[in-house]
Amino acid sequence: MTQSSASSVRDSSHVLETHDLRAYYRMKYFGIDREVRAVDGISMHVRKNEIYGIAGESSCGKTTFIKAIAAAIRPPLEIVAGHVNYSFIKNDLYALPAAERSAIRWRHLSYILQGSMNVLNPVRRIHKTFQDFAFRHMRLGRPEFDQAVKHHLERLRLPAEILRAYPHELSGGMRQRVCIALATLCKPEFIIADEPTTALDVVVQKDVLAMIRETQSEFGSSMIFVTHDLTVHANVTDRLGIMYAGKLVEEGRTVDVFANPMHPYTAHLIASLPKIGDTQPRSALSGSPPNLADPPKGCRFHPRCPVAMEICRHENPALTTLADDHRVACFAASTKVQPSNDGMQGEAKTLEVAR
Amino acid sequence: MTTPLLNLDKVSKLYKRGGLLGREEFRAVEEVTFHIDDNDQQVFTIIGESGSGKTTLARMILNMVRPTTGTIFFKGQDLASIRSGRARLKFMSEVQPIFQNPFEAFNPLKRVDRYLYMTAKSFTGARSSAELEAAADQALNKVGLSIGEVRGRFPHELSGGQLQRVAIARALIPGPSLIVADEPVSMVDASLRMSIVNLFRTLRDELKVSIIYITHDLATAYYISDRIIIMRKGEVVESGPARIVLENPQHEYSRLLKSAVLSPDPHGHGVLTGDSAASQQARASPHLQVSSSEPQVS
Repeated sequence: MTQSSASSVRDSSHVLETHDLRAYYRMKYFGIDREVRAVDGISMHVRKNEIYGIAGESSCGKTTFIKAIAAAIRPPLEIVAGHVNYSFIKNDLYALPAAERSAIRWRHLSYILQGSMNVLNPVRRIHKTFQDFAFRHMRLGRPEFDQAVKHHLERLRLPAEILRAYPHELSGGMRQRVCIALATLCKPEFIIADEPTTALDVVVQKDVLAMIRETQSEFGSSMIFVTHDLTVHANVTDRLGIMYAGKLVEEGRTVDVFANPMHPYTAHLIASLPKIGDTQPRSALSGSPPNLADPPKGCRFHPRCPVAMEICRHENPALTTLADDHRVACFAASTKVQPSNDGMQGEAKTLEVAR
Repeated sequence: MTTPLLNLDKVSKLYKRGGLLGREEFRAVEEVTFHIDDNDQQVFTIIGESGSGKTTLARMILNMVRPTTGTIFFKGQDLASIRSGRARLKFMSEVQPIFQNPFEAFNPLKRVDRYLYMTAKSFTGARSSAELEAAADQALNKVGLSIGEVRGRFPHELSGGQLQRVAIARALIPGPSLIVADEPVSMVDASLRMSIVNLFRTLRDELKVSIIYITHDLATAYYISDRIIIMRKGEVVESGPARIVLENPQHEYSRLLKSAVLSPDPHGHGVLTGDSAASQQARASPHLQVSSSEPQVS
């Protein structure tokens, strides 16, 4: 049975849908409860065959969001409310038994992670790593599996010799390419890429991004691409969601977001990008991101916001569709934006913990 | 003629590697020559990809690593002649480092303010805790923080941008005339990057500090630097005024670097596939893009 929620009628072209997803870190030290609301009510969807970008500064909840949609939840992180639905499973992700959940991983849902050095086992040759990661998911015999790996590397135009190498023998860019090859081996429907190029330098970064883009379009996978670097988003993603303090503040087609940013935070991020050939002084945003254990009341951005109004101090703006495929949560953007009763809900519900 | 602030004369660094068998030599930096004038404070940028010898060069300027050949003069003094503890301290008060990752630069078990006090104690001669605090506060004010925000805090309690600013404040306590910043923004969020970069600009203009800014990010380099050198495999391939070099790079490698910079102007879907031919070629090439410092896989 499909988890039906009022607003989201499941469209077959949506690969991932989250509805009002809340993931909190709950800790109890010396009898004091502490709750860090890292993901606080995110509703979004990823369409088939698109790259959805998530941008935001560190500690805005990007990584927690990824953990939540990948069902990589470990205490103290808890899913407090909300649904995660994938097109390739019938039920809510958290309604599945653990065994089925781990059967989906890598076969349907795979990851490209930030530090490729930490993903690849340093004492095993690359072909062993391929076996460790994917052998049981492919359900092939050993010779067929080896053949499939070779064929896959060929398709990605990686030399076959790397299979015999140890990770330290490869350069950073090459290791990241190996990780991409690992993640795409089973041709998964959905790939999560968490800052895949952050540690690489410019020349290598461009090649790796091109490879991600090519691979994605070749296999028709959908992808969530997380990085704090907006120039990367501008070049890779189809749609872009901007996160601030655990909430999605703006979402739209990447082109629209860059051409017409409606949230002051997005506008600032885009205006502060340095460009070659342009030496205008660029201002930096003052203040620091809010503490998620004790977020400011009202709109979470208002203490740093240049256009904050009275209403922003008390009410939380709801994410509202203001233009075609462009959602914004800011009272200053349009009068259509209504306060959401989100914040209240969080306190009122002593929610059942979804498993 | 005035003596330049910093003068590098054909500086090379050779690393030897391996044991009795298969000994090999690796040239990290090769015959680098440049100087920074004393009377004209500037942001001097060193650009290059990983493995190009940027960090080795920075370490040599900080006198942490001795060059194999060539000499480095700081205010006319050969760095190799610094031997006594006192001379070293004097040199350190003039040249200060800022490191790449603020989370690794600070010991997580020590309070951040202790670094400031320790530096103040070693270099300013302040003894009482009130004097130490005043020296720390003065330096923190220059970077837009105050002692109240930092006192008694551990590194994990501050954000990356704040920590990096504390690191800069620490470097400012002795009143240096040169700061060597090794990739100071690569670990900092894009939204905070500009605040650090703007800070360097303020330091140059108001405190008259020269800055050696080491980076692989051409966009911020263009934004703040006055002069620039581009390094590749230990050699300087191009140098000159930053704007002129970056707007119109002459060397093939500089052009490659410039073309790899992603433009923030959005083109949306499938931009990067356009030049896939080049990257395909690069990937298909027999050498595995193994960087020069690592052994080749055959």
